[in-house]
Amino acid sequence: MELIYLLITPALAAGLCLIPAGKKWAPAVTILGTLATLILSWGAALRTARGEEVVALANWISCDSFGALMALLVAFVGFTAAIFSWGYMERIVAPNNPGKIRRYYARYNLFLLSMLAVPIFSQVALVWIAVELTTLLSVFLVSFENTPEALEAAWKYVVLTCMGAAFALLGVLMLYWGMSVSGPAPFTWAGLTGASTRVPPALLQAAFLLILIGFGTKAGLVPLHTWLPDAHSQAPSPVCALLSGVETTTILYAILRLLPILKAAPAIHAEKWFLTFGLLSVGAAAFLLIQVKDYKRLFAFSTVEHMGIILVAAGLGGSAAHYGATLQMVSHALSKSFCFFAAGSTLLAVRSRDISAVRGLIRTSPVAAVALLLGGLAIAGAPPFAVFLSEISILKAGLASGQYLTTGLLAVFIVIAFCGILFPINRMVFGNPGEPSRNRVLGATSVITLVLAAIPILLFGLYIPEPLHELLRLAAVSLGR
Amino acid sequence: MAELNMTLSVLTKLDALAGGLFLLTAFGLVAMRQVLASLNLFVLQSILLAASAFILGHQHDSIHLYAVAGITLAIKAVLIPWLLRRTISQEIYARREISQVLNIPTSLLLSVALMILAYFIASPLLSLGHEPFIKVNLPIGLAGLLLGAYMVMVRREAVPQVIGILAMENGAFFAGVAIAPDLPLIAELAAAFDVLIIALVMGLLTRRIHERVGTTAVGRMTSLKEE
Repeated sequence: MELIYLLITPALAAGLCLIPAGKKWAPAVTILGTLATLILSWGAALRTARGEEVVALANWISCDSFGALMALLVAFVGFTAAIFSWGYMERIVAPNNPGKIRRYYARYNLFLLSMLAVPIFSQVALVWIAVELTTLLSVFLVSFENTPEALEAAWKYVVLTCMGAAFALLGVLMLYWGMSVSGPAPFTWAGLTGASTRVPPALLQAAFLLILIGFGTKAGLVPLHTWLPDAHSQAPSPVCALLSGVETTTILYAILRLLPILKAAPAIHAEKWFLTFGLLSVGAAAFLLIQVKDYKRLFAFSTVEHMGIILVAAGLGGSAAHYGATLQMVSHALSKSFCFFAAGSTLLAVRSRDISAVRGLIRTSPVAAVALLLGGLAIAGAPPFAVFLSEISILKAGLASGQYLTTGLLAVFIVIAFCGILFPINRMVFGNPGEPSRNRVLGATSVITLVLAAIPILLFGLYIPEPLHELLRLAAVSLGR
Repeated sequence: MAELNMTLSVLTKLDALAGGLFLLTAFGLVAMRQVLASLNLFVLQSILLAASAFILGHQHDSIHLYAVAGITLAIKAVLIPWLLRRTISQEIYARREISQVLNIPTSLLLSVALMILAYFIASPLLSLGHEPFIKVNLPIGLAGLLLGAYMVMVRREAVPQVIGILAMENGAFFAGVAIAPDLPLIAELAAAFDVLIIALVMGLLTRRIHERVGTTAVGRMTSLKEE
């Protein structure tokens, strides 16, 4: 039942946000709503960590450990981004425009609803619809600032991801065809995995490639990533945290769900496809990172890189690599959302997105500077942060399984990206400020968000609590079948 | 028995006719310069999709597919064109798109290549089903999907790009009515609703771009890129 509440809460919050009841009403409703979803998904995650499956409506709405993990991530980032929105939207995007702020929060909640639906739905056709809705409900969040650049980014975003969705739709329909050929079974991830040996391999292959292309466009895999840096840099910063931190991860979740199904047909070489697309994404993103001039774009390209890393980890195969993949999904979602909160704080302090316009931030706005530095270190994979731990576990698993070339290339690309992220951030934080800029004090909500979001990335780098470890392990098992 | 075979073959022929016309409209969408004409062709294509769903519904004796035909007609042939014409100013529909990324003869040649590619991709799958309908609908649906994608890529105006995406969905569903005739109605309904939201969102976004940037030649918007 909690899964139903998990879907109703954001829908209800979206409706309530539209009531014109003072300036603080919509943000307060959103924060309370996201807190409720966080608690609900926490409960669901704890139950699945004990090996149960949470079922609300059998074969339609249910989730196992992997799904619950995704829902928990979405809910956590949704909560922190809601707090961050409070100060950010009033100060930067829509000062003195309560109607616009209400619309923002209504769309925010609907977007959250669609992202929660992806892991909670277990019927595959509904998952496709939920994925498509994540695009359609976030388009006007991307274009929210209504600048020509934001509109251009939103247009590219909706056109490319909807094209991808059409390909994925045919893929999903082919999976359904395969199910009906193989005999009666529910059209869910678990049902598909069970029936996969009876589905003709040619059909599985066609469906897999269509879905990989389709959802891969939305997850930002190279060469289908071209919209991603635009959309993820032009949206308001809390929305970027959601887009980059969890939206891409939830879509990748839907792709990874195919992995156990494809085990039935080794001739498809699903792992090889994952490795190819993964390495291509990591490599291209690592080199594209170097020439970026806008610090939000920097983090957006780093998302492409991380999607690649997760895909490579899934492609390496074996339970250790799969554990690394799920851990990387968690650490990426948490670190990347923190990075965008830091970028948003910097934007609040400096009011410019250019890397070259920000120098010596540590003197003008120490809080934003420390956050930016922490975010950069965390996302690039420096110890002792969560990404370091997950990347090391992936590389270790790769070496242990004897795939030296892949692991070596992955390590090289990660190091290039590390430099590509930290050099510009170093200049922004410690560089020599040409002229003293005005001091802007960050609002309380920004500081609270930064502290809240920093706790897990520091904690998980040092120690992974037992229930989370169990949840990750079970999720990794569900990947490997 | 002979009578059954007879109706079957008539139905197959009717479906093949709908399929052939469907493919023709997909080509027409690539070749059409005028924005309004593209929209009308899209409506025609949707009617053909509904016709195919209706024929298959008759064959499988499934109320389900009749419902799909009805939903398709209501949403794609009536509601979406109305919505698009409501949200975007009339002046844009009268436009003729003179400059595309590639000229039309080249586009048509490439479209033929795409169609052959679609048959090539679909051919290993055709032996799986015993139904003649799949042999018609799957390659044509796939070709519709690819041609729609091609249309989105070569067009610079916003409205033809929207129509291209909707045509891609049409292609996917054209294959879908044959390969997944018994998809749960709720999924079918949700997908149709989804297509409606695509048209609404993209229509509104086009209007906003028109108001804010002063053009709907979205293909020329290139301020966001690495130098």
